[in-house]
Order: sequence, then C-alpha cells, then structure tokens
Amino acid sequence: MIDVLLFYFFSVLVLGGGILTITRRNAVMSAVCLVVSLLGVAGIFLLLGAEFLFVAQLILYVGGVVLLFLFVIMLVNLEAAARVRQFRRSWPVVMLAGLGLAAELLFLLCRGNLPETAPAATLPPNTEALADVLFSHYLVAFELTSIVLLVAIIGAVWMGQTRKAQ
Amino acid sequence: MLHAISPIHYLVLSALLLVIGTVGVLLRRNIVVILMSIELILNAVNINLAAFSRMHAQIQGQIFVLTVMAVAVAEAAVGLAVLIALFRNRGTVIADDLDLLKW
Repeated sequence: MIDVLLFYFFSVLVLGGGILTITRRNAVMSAVCLVVSLLGVAGIFLLLGAEFLFVAQLILYVGGVVLLFLFVIMLVNLEAAARVRQFRRSWPVVMLAGLGLAAELLFLLCRGNLPETAPAATLPPNTEALADVLFSHYLVAFELTSIVLLVAIIGAVWMGQTRKAQ
Repeated sequence: MLHAISPIHYLVLSALLLVIGTVGVLLRRNIVVILMSIELILNAVNINLAAFSRMHAQIQGQIFVLTVMAVAVAEAAVGLAVLIALFRNRGTVIADDLDLLKW
C-alpha cells in the first residue's frame, strides 16, 4: 500500500518536474525543476530496489550535472535569451509529433506480453552483487567507460579554455 | 483503485518522461534547456533498464544504468564546454541563430 502511494508521488515529481523544466522561461528555474525531476527518478530507483543507483543518481546528477548546468548558466549571459521567444514557431508540429510518439509507445506497451506482477525472487544485497558482476563479467566495459570519461575531460578542458587570436 | 505496482507502471512512466524530453529537445530554442531535455531522455532510459532488471531479477540491467550515467555525465560536460565556446565566439545561445551550415 505504502509503496503504491510512494510510486505515484515520485511519478508526479518526475513528470511534473520534467514538464516544468521544458516550459520555464528562466533557465535557472529550469535547472531547479530538473533537480525535482531527477530526485523523483532517484526515488523510483529506490522503489525498484536499486540502492546503489539511488546514491549514484544523487551524487552524479543532483550533485554533479545540475551544478555544472548552474555554473554554465552563470557564465553565459542568458538575459538576452530570456527576452526572446522561447518556443519554435513550428510548435503545433512538435506537439503532434510528441502525441504520436506517446500514442505509439503506450500502444506497444499495451500490446506487449508483460507480466502483471513483479517476480517473487528478489535481488541479493544490492551494492555487493553489483560490484561482483561489474568487476568480473563487465570489467572491459568498466575500463572503456573510464576511457570515455578521460576523453570527455580532455575535450571539455580543451574546448572551454580561452586562446589568444593568432 | 490502488492496486499493486507492476513493471508496466514503470515502463509507462519511462515512456512519458521520454516523450517530455523529446518534446523539450524539439520545442525549445535555448541550447541550455535542450541539453537539460537530453538529460531527461537518458533518465527515462535508466528507469526502463532498472525496471527490467527488477522484472527479471537480474543485476545486469543496473550495470547498464551505471554505464549510461557515465556517458550522460560525459555528454553534459562536453556539451556545456561546446556551449561556452559557442557563446564566446557567437554571443548567443539561441539554436535558431546558429545557422551557418543551413541553406
């Protein structure tokens, strides 16, 4: 009973935060609404029994990505961007495309042969099991991810620096 | 009215968040908000993967979520660095004004 209520509460946070994120005029307000949405996703992870993902979501997204967004919003002058028109002129087409995508996805989910209830078998204690699999079967993927992060760091520093005009 | 939460609930939530993110990418002109919408899309994917991990009682789905998270962080860092370089050179963050390659 309580998990049903929690699921709907977090769903409202996720969807409401998402809708507010894409409709606010002020980018700082968008970032704050993004925090609400990401916190809702973290709660959904907790309901799904993924404790490690919950903590990673809090640290990485709420602590890292949104902070990065706020720094960039401070560095970039957004006042001029807040005064002009915010939505594309072709917004009816976009809305139609969004409705079409939603109808398609929901139709396919209804047609799909999904079990009605969650399985009785539960996952083992989360962080330990995750580390077991991550550092044995998926070790190569883990190392490749670290290379992706290294390339991203170097690329971000290189593109963000100021260079004297030659 | 309130019955137990099944995997289909999580999948519907993920689909709706994906639609919100897609509409945000297509609708907005501010590049900062477009990058935020991409984050929303990647979070929808993460919910999906975690729900399937729970449905099949397999931990592998959560590994995929961790990988997607790392890639999303890298994408945000590089995207925002490009945005800063763009603003320094062109002085705008409106996507419609950046039409050098459009004819």
